[in-house]
Amino acid sequence: MAALWSNPDFQFVFWTVVKIMVILNGMLGVVSYMIYAERKIAGHMQARTGPNRVGPFGLLQPIADVAKLFFKEEFIPAGANVVIFHIAPILAVVPALVSLSVVPMGPSFLGTDINVGLLLFLAMSSLGVYSITLAGWSSNNKYALLGGLRSAAQMISYELAMGLSTIGVLLLTGSLSMVDIVAAQAGAYHIGPIPIPHWFVFSQPVAFVVFMITAFAETNRAPFDLPEAEAELVAGFHTEYSSMKFGLFFLGEFANVITICSIAVTLFLGGWNGPWLPEPLKFLWFFAKLGALLFFFIWVRWTYPRLRYDQLMHFGWKVLLPVALANIVATSVGMFWYAQR
Amino acid sequence: MIPYLFAGFAAVLVVSALLTILHKSPVTSAMFLVLAFCALAAIYLMLGAEFLGMVQVIVYAGAIMVLFLFVIMYLNLQHDIEAGMQHALRRGIGWLAGGVLAAEAVMLFARRWAPGPAAVMSTPAAAGNTQTVGLALYTRYLFPFEITSMILLVAMVGVIVAGKARSGGEGERRS
Repeated sequence: MAALWSNPDFQFVFWTVVKIMVILNGMLGVVSYMIYAERKIAGHMQARTGPNRVGPFGLLQPIADVAKLFFKEEFIPAGANVVIFHIAPILAVVPALVSLSVVPMGPSFLGTDINVGLLLFLAMSSLGVYSITLAGWSSNNKYALLGGLRSAAQMISYELAMGLSTIGVLLLTGSLSMVDIVAAQAGAYHIGPIPIPHWFVFSQPVAFVVFMITAFAETNRAPFDLPEAEAELVAGFHTEYSSMKFGLFFLGEFANVITICSIAVTLFLGGWNGPWLPEPLKFLWFFAKLGALLFFFIWVRWTYPRLRYDQLMHFGWKVLLPVALANIVATSVGMFWYAQR
Repeated sequence: MIPYLFAGFAAVLVVSALLTILHKSPVTSAMFLVLAFCALAAIYLMLGAEFLGMVQVIVYAGAIMVLFLFVIMYLNLQHDIEAGMQHALRRGIGWLAGGVLAAEAVMLFARRWAPGPAAVMSTPAAAGNTQTVGLALYTRYLFPFEITSMILLVAMVGVIVAGKARSGGEGERRS
């Protein structure tokens, strides 16, 4: 046992597994309470109370929901491609969890620091298309197939603008590592007595806006929830899914939202940087900013109506993409000019 | 640990590549190709080529294969239904290309090229190989790089022109 413990490979694997367990279980807890928050906030925005029966303030509602999902009958439609039908919900959750591994949540609270962290996130978000496309195709259902194809087109279109919007941050940092990006946002300018933090949201406001808009599209949240537009497509790609497989799609959607908000916090809102708190408690800043962004996601969902499909494509290709490109050019010119001075 | 990981990913790569060409259903074939690309990206990572590995996943697995899948679903290709002369011709060309590849492999192994020591191994830069790749692309290989972009642009414009020409006869199309 002692010999095994002193083996560096074993130690590496052991601690990695511990980190994965902590992040994974933390994520599942946050997801279930984000669903609660969404229902509660939606309720209050529509002058209702939301769930309030199970436990105090309805706080045990997520547990009841999940227990119910586990006991539901599992239905597989006739003519479905059974293997792919089973794989698709798994693919919905995995990419979101993988890209969370490179997000630095605190000074020493991170899964791993690789020097292509941002590329890993982009790679995983591009793999997220498969779950929805395959779910739509394997269900052997017209509405599901339409939802899947829509989602493929939508995610490919908005992925480009999302990737381009992060390049402004890369230019300013000169690194693809998430830890370096957070380190570059430490400190603050002082305009008179007012401190302005070095967050990239202030130096890259256009990129931040483009990133957030594409984040809504990539996670299929309203106003870009065309893949599951219930008025036209029943429930879109997950029409035929029931029981915990449906639960996995739900989990995947919220896990994606949390991951993409974490990336937005890291890239544009300074990550765990913040005043006052001592070093070991700095991770609280990260979670405070993450909570604010998550609230923003829910807020937008219950505020804006859904876009029409041609509007969506028009907006992605003819507005967001040129704006993101112009932002790269402007940032490069600005940096060159600043360096020449 | 690295040799075991390499063996695992290489096995996944070979098996999924074989299943890509042997499986009957086009969608499943495409998914095995995605798996092959991911395994290849993992092998790139173990060789210290992080940038290449990630770009492999983003470009091939994330973008190109999604378009492949899109086309397969759009055409609703359920089975390989073609037969006859064309099929036989394609099969012949396939055997020919496979034979050439196999001959190359035999020659390479016969010359003991594969198991030799890693002779030319440039040390990766401190900031990772993203900078190294970028510098090489934009200094030494700038001209081929720009030519490649021009070819892609020409192909894109050509596709749009060809698509417009065919749909032009069907009357006015909304936007």
